[in-house]
Amino acid sequence: MQDLDIQAIVETVLAELQAAEGTTVGTAQAAPEADRTAGATDPDGPQIDLDDPTLPEARQRPGIDRPINPDGLRALMAATPARIGVGRSGPRPRTAANLLFLADHGVTQDALMHAVDADLLEELGLFSVESQAADRQTYLKRPDLGRKLTEAAKAILRDRCTKNPDAQIFVGDGLSGAAIDHNLRQIMPVLQQGLNSAGLSMGTPFFVKNARVGLLNDVNGIVDAKVCAILIGERPGLARAQSMSIYLGYRPRPDSTDANRDAICNIYEGGLNPLEAGAHAVQLIQKMIRDRASGVELKLG
Amino acid sequence: MLLRTKLFGETFEFKSVRELMGKANEPKSGDELAGLAAASIAERVAAKYVLAEVTLETLRANPAVPYDQDDVTRVIDDAVNETIYNEIKGWTVGDFREWLLADQTTADMIRRVSNALTGEMVAAVTKLMSNLDLIYAAKKIRVTSHCVNTAGLPGTLASRCQPNHPIDSPEGIRAAIYEGLSYGSGDSVIGINPVDDSLSSVARLLDMTYDIIQTWQIPTQNCLLSHVTTQMQAMKKGAPVGLVFQSLSGSQLGNQSFGIDVGMMDEAYELAQKYCWPTGPNYMYFESGQGSALSADAHNGWDQLTLEARIYGLAKRWKPYQVNTVVGFIGPEYLYDAIQITRAGLEDHFMGKLTGIPMGCDACYTNHARATQNDIENLAVLLTAAGCNYFMGVPMGDDAMLAYQCTSFHDAPSLRQTLGLHPLPEFEAWMEDLGLIKNGRLTDKAGDPSFFLSR
Repeated sequence: MQDLDIQAIVETVLAELQAAEGTTVGTAQAAPEADRTAGATDPDGPQIDLDDPTLPEARQRPGIDRPINPDGLRALMAATPARIGVGRSGPRPRTAANLLFLADHGVTQDALMHAVDADLLEELGLFSVESQAADRQTYLKRPDLGRKLTEAAKAILRDRCTKNPDAQIFVGDGLSGAAIDHNLRQIMPVLQQGLNSAGLSMGTPFFVKNARVGLLNDVNGIVDAKVCAILIGERPGLARAQSMSIYLGYRPRPDSTDANRDAICNIYEGGLNPLEAGAHAVQLIQKMIRDRASGVELKLG
Repeated sequence: MLLRTKLFGETFEFKSVRELMGKANEPKSGDELAGLAAASIAERVAAKYVLAEVTLETLRANPAVPYDQDDVTRVIDDAVNETIYNEIKGWTVGDFREWLLADQTTADMIRRVSNALTGEMVAAVTKLMSNLDLIYAAKKIRVTSHCVNTAGLPGTLASRCQPNHPIDSPEGIRAAIYEGLSYGSGDSVIGINPVDDSLSSVARLLDMTYDIIQTWQIPTQNCLLSHVTTQMQAMKKGAPVGLVFQSLSGSQLGNQSFGIDVGMMDEAYELAQKYCWPTGPNYMYFESGQGSALSADAHNGWDQLTLEARIYGLAKRWKPYQVNTVVGFIGPEYLYDAIQITRAGLEDHFMGKLTGIPMGCDACYTNHARATQNDIENLAVLLTAAGCNYFMGVPMGDDAMLAYQCTSFHDAPSLRQTLGLHPLPEFEAWMEDLGLIKNGRLTDKAGDPSFFLSR
């Protein structure tokens, strides 16, 4: 076939495409630009080195190439954290928006299954025990088992923990082990020094695997602290797996519930800074001991 | 009562209809949590064998909560059409399944029998249905409703525009509404889950959404999914309410945990007839979801499928415009993974349609469930094949307020264009007038929220 013929065919096809209605997609580029494939001819192979697409400036980039009102679109996107202005190819999301969603969901899924760093626990001098939820699947299915210590765990706590401290602090992975890895090194010294400065005795800290907040009741049945507190990984939000909470109760009993507890939530760099959260927790512990109450009773008091 | 079978030489016996119903269920982590699930797959199948021989009369006589203790049971039982019931009460659950699937059984015949069913009968037959059974049978049953526009017509698929914002910013919500409308989401309702349940905040968002509807002459209705009592106050104060929303549970105790009872909902329904601004006659919007009764310890020892079926029987009392299960919202301790969420979504849609209510689905999952966006897209395709009335439309499926994932604004047009469906007719005509859709496909102008900045 002659070169001339090929060009004629291409022109005919292009003309037909332009004439057809609804086949061009205004919000997505119809074909990749030529220079994007330049790397394929590089003698060293593809040269791909991407900037982090999860950074704020990348997230705020509109996915619509030719919006009717570009300034207006930016203002709309700035009005909400919802993923708008993402564009489409046909009825489907554009590639960048789709990959960003996968990245944000992926990081939560990894956090959920992430085992807390054993070296970190050792560095901070925390020994480990387990809840009755023997594995991650049981943990997710049976919240009741995550609220109870195994008999072996109870024996270890009886053996190794100081009894009747002013404050017992322990750590649980909760729904995000990554949150513990992210925050624990910063918050533990603040808690230890803060309680020390306040003249309060601190129990022996430890770590519980597959932990739920309700463990406070079982733990205090053994250590009998005035205030019992758990540092625990929160359920990961999309793109937000590093958030930790502290739940605290004044003399938790076997039947204590969330109504009897206080919580400091959203602890991570970017949310409530772990250093501030630790200081806040010490103040709250002092207040609970002074008022001999926590939860709803503390608020009413 | 004797409920027993042999299977491969082993005898399986069930002490009560309650135990039988729990063990005949497809696997659900919530039934395991409640201690109601079969101990083995063989026991599950044995329970299905026995259940297939139980009559509808026996099921009516064994409600999940006794008639004199529970207003949900009373609402459903009192609504049974006795003439039709007398025709079908001798059917076994196995007979009922085959009748629903039979070539001779038409949509009208099923709609007629719906008037004689209780939640326990609906749940029982569902336990004998495979996933494709659920799709095939549901597809037969069309339930239409009308408020501003007409929902549930064959060949249509609607989308609720769900423009939630973490602090209820009216401008942020407006931006997400524009995005949704530009994709053809919003024909089911423009429905906001507010963070702030106060009357002033709810009324402000009702005004804002009504203003958008008026400015653009959109054939749709607005709704603030606050507690029903807030909406009742809003209506009395003259706020523009399109649909009145409430979450429902399958037992009186469960509804108590939601702060409602039948009397309160009767009053809300009357107020809706009196104050809602659209044409009607259907003004109510309900949500449900397997496991809600168990999470409130209000299941009375019954399985989550049966409690869910009872919600639909209760919802029917107030002639809803739309009802959807929020199927994966409750978390993995009730529906563990994509298999269970998919199954529950198909069950709930079928049960709603069999009960005779206009059923949609919030196909969704939380971050700690073993599910992904792919799974929820799969469920949406299956439910669209089953004739589901509507799905949610959320920016990229990521709800900025409720911290869960569901279907995207992109998904309704994708499902429509893949499976040859259209938006609701009045809404599609409006989109055509604006040039956002042509021949059932999005045009170049669609998918750009700044389109709606011109008025």
